[in-house]
Amino acid sequence: MLELAIKGGKKYYGWMTFLSVIIGVGFLLYLKQLDIGLAITGLSRDVSWGFYIANFTFLVGVAAGGVMVVLPYYLHDYKAFGKVTILGEFLAIASVLMCVTFILVDLGQPMRIMNVFLYPSPNSVLFWDTIVLNGYLFLSIIIGWNVLEAERNGVHYQKWLKPLIYLSIPWAVSIHTVTAFLYAGLPGRGFWMTAILAPRFLSSAFAAGPALLILCCLIIRRVSNFDPGREQIQSLAKIVAYAICINVFFFLCEVFVAFYSNIPEHMDHIKYLFVGLHGHAAYVPWMWTSFILMIIGIILTVTPMTRKNEGVLAVACVAIFLGTWIDKGLGMIAGGFTPSPLHEVTEYIPSLPEIGIALGVWAMGFMVMTALFKIAVSVKEEIRE
Amino acid sequence: MDSSRRRILQLLGVSALALTTRPVLNAFAKEEQAAEAEAVIKAGAKALKARQWAMVIDTRKFHSEADLEPLTEACHKVHNVPALQNKRHEIKWIWGTHYHNAFPGKAAQFLAESVEQRPFLVLCNHCENPPCVRVCPTKATFKREFDGIVFMDFHRCIGCRFCMAGCPFGARSFNYRDPKPFIAEADLNRKFPTRMKGVVEKCNFCAERLAVGQLPACVEVSNGALAFGDLYDPESEVRKLIKTNYTIRRKQTLGTEPCVYYIV
Amino acid sequence: MNNKTLIITGLVIFLIIVLFPFWYMRGKAAPAPEPVLTPKAKAAQACVRSTEYMRSEHMQLLDVWRDSVVRDGNRIYVNPQGKEFSMSLSNTCLDCHSNKAEFCDRCHNYASVRPYCWSCHIENPKEKT
Repeated sequence: MLELAIKGGKKYYGWMTFLSVIIGVGFLLYLKQLDIGLAITGLSRDVSWGFYIANFTFLVGVAAGGVMVVLPYYLHDYKAFGKVTILGEFLAIASVLMCVTFILVDLGQPMRIMNVFLYPSPNSVLFWDTIVLNGYLFLSIIIGWNVLEAERNGVHYQKWLKPLIYLSIPWAVSIHTVTAFLYAGLPGRGFWMTAILAPRFLSSAFAAGPALLILCCLIIRRVSNFDPGREQIQSLAKIVAYAICINVFFFLCEVFVAFYSNIPEHMDHIKYLFVGLHGHAAYVPWMWTSFILMIIGIILTVTPMTRKNEGVLAVACVAIFLGTWIDKGLGMIAGGFTPSPLHEVTEYIPSLPEIGIALGVWAMGFMVMTALFKIAVSVKEEIRE
Repeated sequence: MDSSRRRILQLLGVSALALTTRPVLNAFAKEEQAAEAEAVIKAGAKALKARQWAMVIDTRKFHSEADLEPLTEACHKVHNVPALQNKRHEIKWIWGTHYHNAFPGKAAQFLAESVEQRPFLVLCNHCENPPCVRVCPTKATFKREFDGIVFMDFHRCIGCRFCMAGCPFGARSFNYRDPKPFIAEADLNRKFPTRMKGVVEKCNFCAERLAVGQLPACVEVSNGALAFGDLYDPESEVRKLIKTNYTIRRKQTLGTEPCVYYIV
Repeated sequence: MNNKTLIITGLVIFLIIVLFPFWYMRGKAAPAPEPVLTPKAKAAQACVRSTEYMRSEHMQLLDVWRDSVVRDGNRIYVNPQGKEFSMSLSNTCLDCHSNKAEFCDRCHNYASVRPYCWSCHIENPKEKT
């Protein structure tokens, strides 16, 4: 089935070439990082996690969001999603690959990564995160590949896949819960020490993942003979609508808790993000933009008239994807570290090489996603004939 | 001969087995020979011992940042801590700060003037319940059961910086670049290794000095302002000081049980 | 078989490339490495363990030493002959063998091994080179 990924038209190869250039630049920058160290990033003693981990956290959510097409189909017999479950699986594969790459790229001593497996530390959430992420990657690959291959050959997929598929549903929830637990159990970081962090992660995941999936479906309809289906896209849009409402609601809960209690330690992080603290306000325009984008997303996806218009829906999905990316990526990470445990503010701005490397990883993920989607769509086109 | 793929694989398998049996058996034989008289590993005779090392800092004995300089200098010199110009990348094991930063939860609008002016020494607290140890995915940072020091194994650290996120006291520094160029040749202590880029470091309660019967460097030059001893020895200096003075610890509500006490 | 000439030519080129180190350097084998002992090392007469043991096991020994010092807090090593050593690369090994370039590097370069010990365990040169 892999051969389907290397048979494409000019636009396909043009897109893949464009991505390889970005990957190439990112790779060269990474070599520089291996040589000099993480000093080429904007990280500091106070803000020791930044753009790489932010993107990692966001992408775990996108990977988990893939479950939103699997769950209704397999658990609730929503037949319409049968057409698009494979896209959800493949999106999950590409996302998890990006996650793992972002972690590797963030490590100070990446050649020692095997130490995590040689010296297992069940007390560390990061150890569990490694296990669940890799597990989800293998699950998605095995399930996605076998289901697609069976579809191509016109037979039902093998029976042993069913328990794996059922397993992948709670597993998807677990990958993002465990990732949230990385943050939510740290005693020194009040911004993250909230029970609602894991639910918030999941809600923004279920908004961002399906939003990206909708955009991919619209593009697939444009560039191929496979139509994921109007009903499918509308169902996904409804899921996005609910998820983004819940996400903003959760955020407002956080704001209430911090500001009604008036506890300085709790307020300071949100203040830093939304109005600035001690004269540092670089994140303020970003956070407000993110909030506005999410509100726009809510209005456009909740209102049936705008949701049903696929052009407007596309705009809504972009808004939601960007809004959640800023909120969960940059906002959550920088906000957690600022102010520092000694109540000092060191502003974190990602450096250009850092952004370059991150773009390289995104491009790698998109390349994998494009190749996998090409395979899936080609199979769908094949069986239609 | 039947030239099927299966045949060829069978042939390869048998050949591999035939070629490797002897060297493997030889290797095992060698190991048995090499079991000569065993070597013994033990602690040094002069090593200082404690169940949990702790420190009491009498902040009343420091009046200005300049008073702290000999202590931070001593520590950073003995341990080859680099002096990086870029504040983002700075590495510090022990340093002085203001009351509001050392004890953010206890700050007040109106403070005793002496406390307002006084510098407060901060360092790793070698907590009894350290979150940094809890989060380390490789046990590169760990708490030594026999003396309570939260120690770092720089060979194992993968540089994930989870411990830095986990520390509620901001005690840890990361080597964002190779530290060697930032250590003055004249200051280099060849008896102690430097670190490499990509690993986290912090105060180690001078474990290498304790092992040869010396007190930590900062304690030694503190002129009595710092006391160091076993928290669980009722006769130790630290216990006596804690008993007879009102002491506070940083962020004690978090339950990490820091072992650095401050007499205010 | 099909494409016989192409395949044979390909195989021959492959063999030439893969066996390049052997036929290019025929008769010119690099000599065995000869690490040089400093006067202090010669005077000590015996290392922590026997030369054969050190040659094959010094990497494992250093690992054992590190875990012992860092994780167990024990710093004294009593070798089978009863002599005591402080388990320190910087202060024990490099104290006698302070000539990295003529000692450590000789074998490491020959075997093309690049241990990163000296990124941190600063060389302890006694004679300024």
